[in-house]
Amino acid sequence: MRTASLPLPAAGVSFPPAAVALLFPAFLLVLWSLAARLGWLPPQILPAPEEVGSALLELARNGDLARDTGISLLRVVEGFAAGCVLGLLLGVAMGLSPTVEDYVRPLFTAFAQVPTLGWIPLLMLLVGIGEGLKILVIAKAAFVPVTLNTLAGIRAVPAHYSEVGTVFRFSRWQMLSRVIFPAAVPPIFTGLRYGLTHSWNALVAVELLASAEGLGYLLVWGRQMFWLDTMMAAMAMIGIVGFLLDRVMAMLEARLQRWRVA
Amino acid sequence: MKRALRGAVLPVALLLLWELANRSGWVDPRILPPLERVARTAVDQVVNQGLLGHLGSSLLRDVIGFTLGTLFGLAVGTVLGLSRIADRLFMPTFNGLRQIAILAWIPLIAIWFGMGETAKIVFIMAAAFIPVVLNTYEGVRSASAQLVEVARALTFTRWQVVTRLYLPSALPSIATGVHLALIYAWVASIGSEYFMTVGPGIGGMIIAGRERFEMDLVMLGVLILGGVGYLINRSASLLEAWLLRWQRA
Repeated sequence: MRTASLPLPAAGVSFPPAAVALLFPAFLLVLWSLAARLGWLPPQILPAPEEVGSALLELARNGDLARDTGISLLRVVEGFAAGCVLGLLLGVAMGLSPTVEDYVRPLFTAFAQVPTLGWIPLLMLLVGIGEGLKILVIAKAAFVPVTLNTLAGIRAVPAHYSEVGTVFRFSRWQMLSRVIFPAAVPPIFTGLRYGLTHSWNALVAVELLASAEGLGYLLVWGRQMFWLDTMMAAMAMIGIVGFLLDRVMAMLEARLQRWRVA
Repeated sequence: MKRALRGAVLPVALLLLWELANRSGWVDPRILPPLERVARTAVDQVVNQGLLGHLGSSLLRDVIGFTLGTLFGLAVGTVLGLSRIADRLFMPTFNGLRQIAILAWIPLIAIWFGMGETAKIVFIMAAAFIPVVLNTYEGVRSASAQLVEVARALTFTRWQVVTRLYLPSALPSIATGVHLALIYAWVASIGSEYFMTVGPGIGGMIIAGRERFEMDLVMLGVLILGGVGYLINRSASLLEAWLLRWQRA
């Protein structure tokens, strides 16, 4: 809860929030525009905002933007799906069986300890720099949080839920499908959402390091050509797609949790 | 004891398989170098090639970037959390910019700050800055309304309110942010060396190993990455527990 009673600077003064939110970006834009127009900074360091806009439009018009975004999205979806399937399987196995956890957990922890960025050069030597590399890296990024959250989610199912199931003489399968899994959905979904964010970051990493197409490559290409407008357009696109992916997951999450409110 | 033994089964089996694969020549030793070669590379790197120097440079960069990013993040997060005006003015912009995957900033930072030490530290700073701002902001905002009333009744000055009430009550959240910042800063140190490969560092060493197709060197680098990450994470957890020991009382 927010406290309005303390005489903090300007508490209680109200503006329409959306208008205020746009003030600072607008100010930055004006400053940026002035800096470019008056030549405070050379265009190789800071291109004018309208140049970034027209670079974005040009990329959109000649189809490069849609193509690169599509390629990046496809890679993320493939890698994320693979990482999720593996992570869910391992997480469920470890969550249900402490024995499996005993065997697998130390190795998993060691594997998870090395950041995704660290695995990239090693995987490059192992599998080359083709499509397989991208899928593996993205899958690894999703795998770790999905596994951990699935494990935690299953463990966190309250004991009295399973007790009710026992009273109803549920079979093992009924117990899993009607009690354990539904109760574990919210934390598992949190894991999926983290996983997707990690996947998107991993995609950017792997495309920056080894790719000939995709949004990350667009960034590398812009850098090599010293086209800052292209680079900034690619950054904007990376931000927008990342944001939208997270929004989609948030909406699904809210939908899946509707029963909790009731 | 039993758990430790069980946990050791898979790693030991993997190592045996690795050794076996090499002995029997199933795999190209360039792809999977023998264990003892990785060990020998490790010794050689430490003794002759200045591995510790690389590690030192990476860590120094990490510490500088982390410290600057955290201090800056604490200040910004506190101001955003305390002032509604600042919150409304700057938070949407901050939230917008942080949607861009952090690595995507590297090319721009490299162009703005050159490929040298400054650019790397700026990047590490940015990586540490984001989680500290977010968690400080959340922590400050969630200060208890009753305590604020008490502070008002005791006629605290604004400075006292901030230092005695808002910051202490935000401490658990801040600790989470700083912990994340430590992890992110280490990954960012490596990332900065990958993409701006000038000067010594573990990340640069790994990239060089990849370019020369020296799997033993790359493996060594990956081991160090994970080991250092683990140590940073452990010490952060211990420090966090110690700083927040009053919470349990």
